[in-house]
Amino acid sequence: MASRRRVSRRTLLKGGLVVGTGLVVGFRLSYTDRFALQAQSPGVFAPNQWLRIDRDGVVTIINSVPEMGQGSMTTMPMIVADELDADWDRVRVEAAPTDPSLYANPVTRQQSYGGSRGVRDHLEPLRKAGAAARQMLREAAAQEWGVPLDEVTTEPGVVVHVPTGRRLLYGQLVDKAQALPVPQNPPLKTKDQFRYIGKARARVDVPQKVNGQAVYGIDVKVPGMLVASIEKCPVVAGGKVKSFDAAAAKAIPGVKHVVQVTSGVAVVADSFWTALQGRKALKVAWDDGPLGQLSSAGIAKEHETAAGQPGLVARNDGDTAAALAAGAKTFETVYQVPYLEHACMEPMNATAHVTADACTVWVPTQNPGGSREVAARLTGLPVERVTVNTTFLGGGFGRRGQTDYVVDAVEVAKAIGGGPVKVLWTREDDLTHGFYRPNTHNVLRAALDPSGKPTAWFTRAVGAGLLRQRGAVAAGQVDGTSMAGLRDLPYDIPNVRIEWVDKDVGVPVGFWRSVGSSQNAFIVETFVDELAHLAGQDPYEYRRALLGKFPRHKAVLELAATRASWGAPLPAGQGRGIAVCFSYASYSAHVAEVSVADDGTVRVHRLVCAIDCGIAVNPDQVKAQMEGGAVYAMTATLYGQITLDAGRVQQTNFHTYPMMRIAETPVTEVHILESGQPPGGLGEPGVPTVAPAICNAIFAATGKRIRRLPIQREELKRA
Amino acid sequence: MIALTVNGTPRQLDVSPDMPLLWAIREALGLTGTKYGCGMALCGACTVHVDGTPARACVTPVSAVAGKRVTTIEGLSDKTDHPVQRAWIELDVPQCGYCQSGQLMSAAALLAQNTTPTDQDIDAAMAGNICRCGTYQRIRAAVHRAATLARGGA
Repeated sequence: MASRRRVSRRTLLKGGLVVGTGLVVGFRLSYTDRFALQAQSPGVFAPNQWLRIDRDGVVTIINSVPEMGQGSMTTMPMIVADELDADWDRVRVEAAPTDPSLYANPVTRQQSYGGSRGVRDHLEPLRKAGAAARQMLREAAAQEWGVPLDEVTTEPGVVVHVPTGRRLLYGQLVDKAQALPVPQNPPLKTKDQFRYIGKARARVDVPQKVNGQAVYGIDVKVPGMLVASIEKCPVVAGGKVKSFDAAAAKAIPGVKHVVQVTSGVAVVADSFWTALQGRKALKVAWDDGPLGQLSSAGIAKEHETAAGQPGLVARNDGDTAAALAAGAKTFETVYQVPYLEHACMEPMNATAHVTADACTVWVPTQNPGGSREVAARLTGLPVERVTVNTTFLGGGFGRRGQTDYVVDAVEVAKAIGGGPVKVLWTREDDLTHGFYRPNTHNVLRAALDPSGKPTAWFTRAVGAGLLRQRGAVAAGQVDGTSMAGLRDLPYDIPNVRIEWVDKDVGVPVGFWRSVGSSQNAFIVETFVDELAHLAGQDPYEYRRALLGKFPRHKAVLELAATRASWGAPLPAGQGRGIAVCFSYASYSAHVAEVSVADDGTVRVHRLVCAIDCGIAVNPDQVKAQMEGGAVYAMTATLYGQITLDAGRVQQTNFHTYPMMRIAETPVTEVHILESGQPPGGLGEPGVPTVAPAICNAIFAATGKRIRRLPIQREELKRA
Repeated sequence: MIALTVNGTPRQLDVSPDMPLLWAIREALGLTGTKYGCGMALCGACTVHVDGTPARACVTPVSAVAGKRVTTIEGLSDKTDHPVQRAWIELDVPQCGYCQSGQLMSAAALLAQNTTPTDQDIDAAMAGNICRCGTYQRIRAAVHRAATLARGGA
């Protein structure tokens, strides 16, 4: 793990840069911080927790946002390096240690990363961190030369005295700079002064990801480590071990322990393969628990029944009921979306080592802070005695914000006398014991005036709320995660009523790339397309006319339409569809060009994406996130569904939970709209508008409307 | 004991003959660049070369490769300079990167057979490799680029 080594606390800190809703206000000193201050190494300039410079001029920048593919390991340091005026070739990047007192997200206050919160929550504090260091280096040089500060500027890695051309390397100034007070509100660059921000930069993690050297959680090696596989109840959640017979498993050479933990029965062996053989030899009797009779057909019925009852009111403009009754034309329909699993390519895993006074965890996680808390709770140790090392993540997509796999590892370690032990899930474990994107049932109603303009819009969404299921939203309250993309309907309609029916059948639900927007953009953007058709109007122009109050929506819609040559003739059999959405502080729109074969096979020929993320720190990675988000969304649109029978998830591996492959993947053309607004998210906003753009294109090509995902080939077959 | 050659070095493996090559490589030999993704030859994350031909190590018993030459991602080049690696770096293909060892091994095997692959050739050769981050369009471009580099182009 050489390239991801832990930051040494000894060399880390001059003081903790406190970042939050206000300005940088000083240094919060915890016990460990004081220790670090007392124990500083000479020859290191460490003005805050985000960077340090040694006498050789090597700049080490700490990245607190786990690298799960989104490019955080490059993009976040670019921000610090820009304000620091670092020489990028002398920059090294380290993963932050797990210490929320220093590395909690300044907005959420958790050292946990989801919600496309990397750049958008850190741009300002990271700029200040770099700028403070640069100012201190300038002050150090000004003192050295005995010149006024305003005569001193920087070039990458060098302080320059402008009138005389004298130069001092950053490395030559570290001791002097370290002795200076840290400016609390350093001046920031203007946009035209950016050296790195806004310019495409190669990812720093790529070389080790093409030669097998990158260390993911599954690759962690600790001396003396054993490997475990856990037989979990076949029911998706809530099952319990009644009894088990480990005799056959223990007879297998290499099997060291068979132990019961909360999630099942763990077979611990000298290798994963041996553990799997042991697992196959286990005999376990299960209490299926409360979900043992759950089926997808039953859930659909429950949802349909629940949709007949009024929901909690999330938004209520005007008098929707009256406007619906008075409409020249009215329309009502239902949209349904399924449960979805994240299917990170790296199955869930964690490695734990528990001793009497310490616990160490190695884990690919979006949630280092939560992992530390869980390990502390399970071991009874204070959090300060728990070290969580975050490795590369083989995909995150929201799944790795959970900590169930950390629980597995710590519990198994404890049960076998401390470990170290790695718990590795199989693909089957992963798909059948997930935290699924909620399946929802949605009733939509609208009324149009004689000109075709909508006068009323009604939505009743039925499903489980992510925060509600976690107890973070009280009964009777609306769960905002279910409402994203519904409640913030941008279209200019006088009467809007949005209701949510809190219907939780018990299936664990979770944050899946773009969360509520992943289904709600499909619902809203398909329904508005239906209204355009009902009004006999072009679906692009129809949306444009209704977006007068939301110029950023309108701008990305227009950019996508223009770049896709909206309205230009297409080859016979092809149709074009469009959709727009706001999610995670960004605005995105897609145009899809699609054809449908006689056997119902959908082919996406081209996707054109427009994205307004305010400021694009690393434009090539903005494009990469849009390209990748499109593929993630196409998989969901064309294939994705998790179904249950007798409480058991029926999709167990990639043959029954298929993924988009290269031959089906069109080129996604990405167009970045530089709005100059505060930064928005990127990991999630590439997803929501893909499904509706494709489904609207299918309607344009075939006249068939998709109201249930995934697309059913049978429904599109031509006789 | 099963004898085979891994990345040019003769190795003896004292493992069960039915152990999949994937776990022998990863756990017995400590070469963790080859990844586990499905265990059923469905995702391609475990792709290695056996006597130059791409194989899914997760369903290949060690006994089946006795006496054969196995190449893993670690053995693709000494200096991370195989044309596919250079092209992958140039185009910033990987995101999470977990599937990329398998992608690179499939691509390298294609280029060893076909110095001027078409899009269709690439799609066929790479059909068994899933990328959940969705880097496919860069993979396709990078295979073309690697073909150019392999032919000595700039």
